[in-house]
Amino acid sequence: MSNVFTLLLKREARLLCRRPAELANPLVFFAIVIALFPLAVGPETQLLQTLSPGLIWVAALLAVLLSLDGLFRSDFEDGSLEQWVVSPHPLPLLVLAKVCAHWLFSGLALVLLAPLLALMLGLPGRCVPVLLLSLLLGTPILSLLGAVGAALTVGLKRGGLLLALLILPLYIPVLILGSGAMQAALQGLPAVGQLFWLGSLTALAVTLTPFAIAAGLTISVGE
Amino acid sequence: MNWTWFHKLGSPKWFYEISSLWLRGLSVAAILLILVGTVWGLAFAPPDYQQGNSFRIIYIHVPAAFLAQSCYLMMAVAGLVGLVWKMKLADVALQQAAPIGAWMTFIALLTGAVWGKPTWGAWWVWDARLTSMLILLFLYFGVIALGQAITNRDSAAKACAVLALVGAVNIPIIKYSVDWWNTLHQPATFTVTGKASMAPEMWLPLLLMVLGFYCFFGAVLLLRMRLEVLRREARTSWVKAEMSRLLEKVR
Amino acid sequence: MTSPFLETQSLACERDWRLLFEHLDLQLLPGQMLQISGPNGSGKTSLLRLLCGLMQPTAGEILLQGQPLHTQRHALARNLLWIGHAAGIKGLLTAEENLLWLSALHVTQDREAIWQALAAVGLRGFEDVPCHTLSAGQQRRVALARLYLPAPPLWILDEPFTALDKHGVAQLERHLASHCEQGGLVILTTHHNLQDKPAGYRELDLGQIAA
Repeated sequence: MSNVFTLLLKREARLLCRRPAELANPLVFFAIVIALFPLAVGPETQLLQTLSPGLIWVAALLAVLLSLDGLFRSDFEDGSLEQWVVSPHPLPLLVLAKVCAHWLFSGLALVLLAPLLALMLGLPGRCVPVLLLSLLLGTPILSLLGAVGAALTVGLKRGGLLLALLILPLYIPVLILGSGAMQAALQGLPAVGQLFWLGSLTALAVTLTPFAIAAGLTISVGE
Repeated sequence: MNWTWFHKLGSPKWFYEISSLWLRGLSVAAILLILVGTVWGLAFAPPDYQQGNSFRIIYIHVPAAFLAQSCYLMMAVAGLVGLVWKMKLADVALQQAAPIGAWMTFIALLTGAVWGKPTWGAWWVWDARLTSMLILLFLYFGVIALGQAITNRDSAAKACAVLALVGAVNIPIIKYSVDWWNTLHQPATFTVTGKASMAPEMWLPLLLMVLGFYCFFGAVLLLRMRLEVLRREARTSWVKAEMSRLLEKVR
Repeated sequence: MTSPFLETQSLACERDWRLLFEHLDLQLLPGQMLQISGPNGSGKTSLLRLLCGLMQPTAGEILLQGQPLHTQRHALARNLLWIGHAAGIKGLLTAEENLLWLSALHVTQDREAIWQALAAVGLRGFEDVPCHTLSAGQQRRVALARLYLPAPPLWILDEPFTALDKHGVAQLERHLASHCEQGGLVILTTHHNLQDKPAGYRELDLGQIAA
C-alpha cells in the first residue's frame, strides 16, 4: 500500500520536474503581488512593515490557489483519474500522494521564497523563523483544502474562478492564524499559540481532506 | 439491518403525497406566528432603555441569523444522508435549501448593518459576528455556484453535499478564529448579548418570531422541494397524472 | 451451470435528461466476449462506465458474482482492467514509466516484463521515448501493452482498435480471443467487424434497444 504511495509520489515528482515553467509560475505570481503593494500604498517602511504579515499571507494564499487550479486537470483529461478510481488501492491514499508531491514542489518553494520578499517589505530578521514556521504549517492546509475544490471543479470547462469562490472562505482560519502569528512576532510577543493551532489544523486537514478530495474526484469522474 | 423503511422515506412519490399536508400546516403556523410576533414586537413590546426603539430590529435580525446558521447545518446533515445512504430526496433538500439560507444570511447582514448605524455610528464594523455572517454568505454562494455550474443534476447534488460537509467542519473553526481575531484587534466595547436581562414582554415576541421563521423556512423549502421532485421525476407516470390533475384544476 | 460473473438487471441510463437505454438485462460468464455496438450517442461508453462502477445507473442494478456492485467495489477493482477512450497515458512520461505506474495499480511489474509487453505490441526501441513524441497509434499501443502484462480477468475496453493499423488490429483480435479462451471476460465497444471471434462471442446492439 505504501509502495503505491511512494511510486505515485515519484511519478508526480517526475512529471512536475519535466514542466519546470509551471512550477515557477506561482512563485513569480507571489513575487509580483508582493511588489504591487509598495506601489499601491507607498514606500514608507513603517507602514509596509505593519502591513507585511497580512500582505505575505494574502499573496501566498492566492499563489497556492492559482497553482491548484490545474492540479487534477491533466489527470482528468488523459484518463488517469479513471484508472485511479477503478484501481484496488484506496483513492484517498492516492490523492494524498498527489497533493504531497504538489506541495513538496510548489508549496515548499513558496515557503522558501517568502523570507526574501518579507525582508524586502521591511520585516525584521527576528521574525523570519516565525514566518517560515507559520508558512510551513499553513501551506499544506491551503494545498489540501484547495485540492477539495480542485477535485469538485475538475470536470468544468472554466473552473478557475469558481474554485476561488469555493475555497477562499475556507482559507480564512489559516489566514487569521498565520498572519496573527507573524503580527505577534512583529510586536515581540510569543507566537507559539498560533503556531500550535496551525499545527493542529494541519493534522486535521491531512486526516480528513483526502476523503473529501477522493469523494470529489469520484463525483467528477462519474459525471 | 433492514433499511427499506428508510428508503421509503426517500421515495419521491411518497414524499410528494405526504408533504402537501405538512406544507399546509407549516404555512398556517408561519403566517400566524410571524403576524402575532411582528405586531407584538413592533407595537407592544416596551422600548429598550439603552437603544430606544431601534432595538426592535432584533425581531427580524435574530430569527434570520438563527435560521442562516441552522440552514447550513441542515444542508450538511442532508449532504451526509445523501452521500452515505444515497437518498436522492436529501440531495434535493440540500440544493433547494441553499438559496433560502443565503437570503436569510443576507437579511441578517442587512438588518445588522441597519442596526449598526444607530448603535455604533457606522453601517459596517468588522465585528466578529458580522464578519462570521459575511463568511457564511460566501459559503452559501459557493454551494449555489457549484450547483449551478455542474450540468448533471446528480453530480451537482453530490458535489454540493461534499462542499457543504467540508464547510460544516470548517464553520466552527472559522467562528473561533474570527472571534479570536476580533478580540485581538478591537476589544468589543458594546456587546448585543443582552438576552439574560431581557424582559419577558421583549423576548416572548422574539421567540414567536424565531418559531415563525423556522416554519416559514420549512414551508418554502417544501414548496421548492416539491417543484424539484416534479421536475426530476417528470418521466414517471405518477408525475404525468399529477400534472394533468393540476392542469385540470387551473382550467 | 456456472453462475454469471457479471449481470445487469433492468439497467437504465439517463444522460442530461435523455434516456439512453432501459430494461437492459445481461448475463456474462467467464470465457465470453461481448461486443457492444450501436450508433454514436447510443450509450456505448456510458454502459461500459456503468459496468466499471465509474457511473451510477439511473435505475436497475449491476451484480458481480451475484452481489450488488456497490457492495463489491473492492472485488471489482481487483478483477477489472479498464482502458477508456483516454487511457491514462501521460505524454511527458516514457512508455516504460507509464506502464510501470499503470501496472502498479494492480500488481507491480519489473522492468523485464514491461519491456516484453512493449515488444509484444511492436514498440521495441520506443521504451524510453516520451509518449507525446509517439504517434496516436503508438500511444494506443502503449495503453494496450497492459493487456500483455499479467492482468486481471475482466477486461473492459472502449474502442480499443482506434488508430491501430491493420496488423495491429488483427493481433489485438487474436489476443482478445485467446484471453477469452483462457477463461477471461472481455467487454468492448467497436464499430469494426471482428474477424477472430472466440466461442463465447456475443453482440449487443444498443441502437436496437433504444428504439
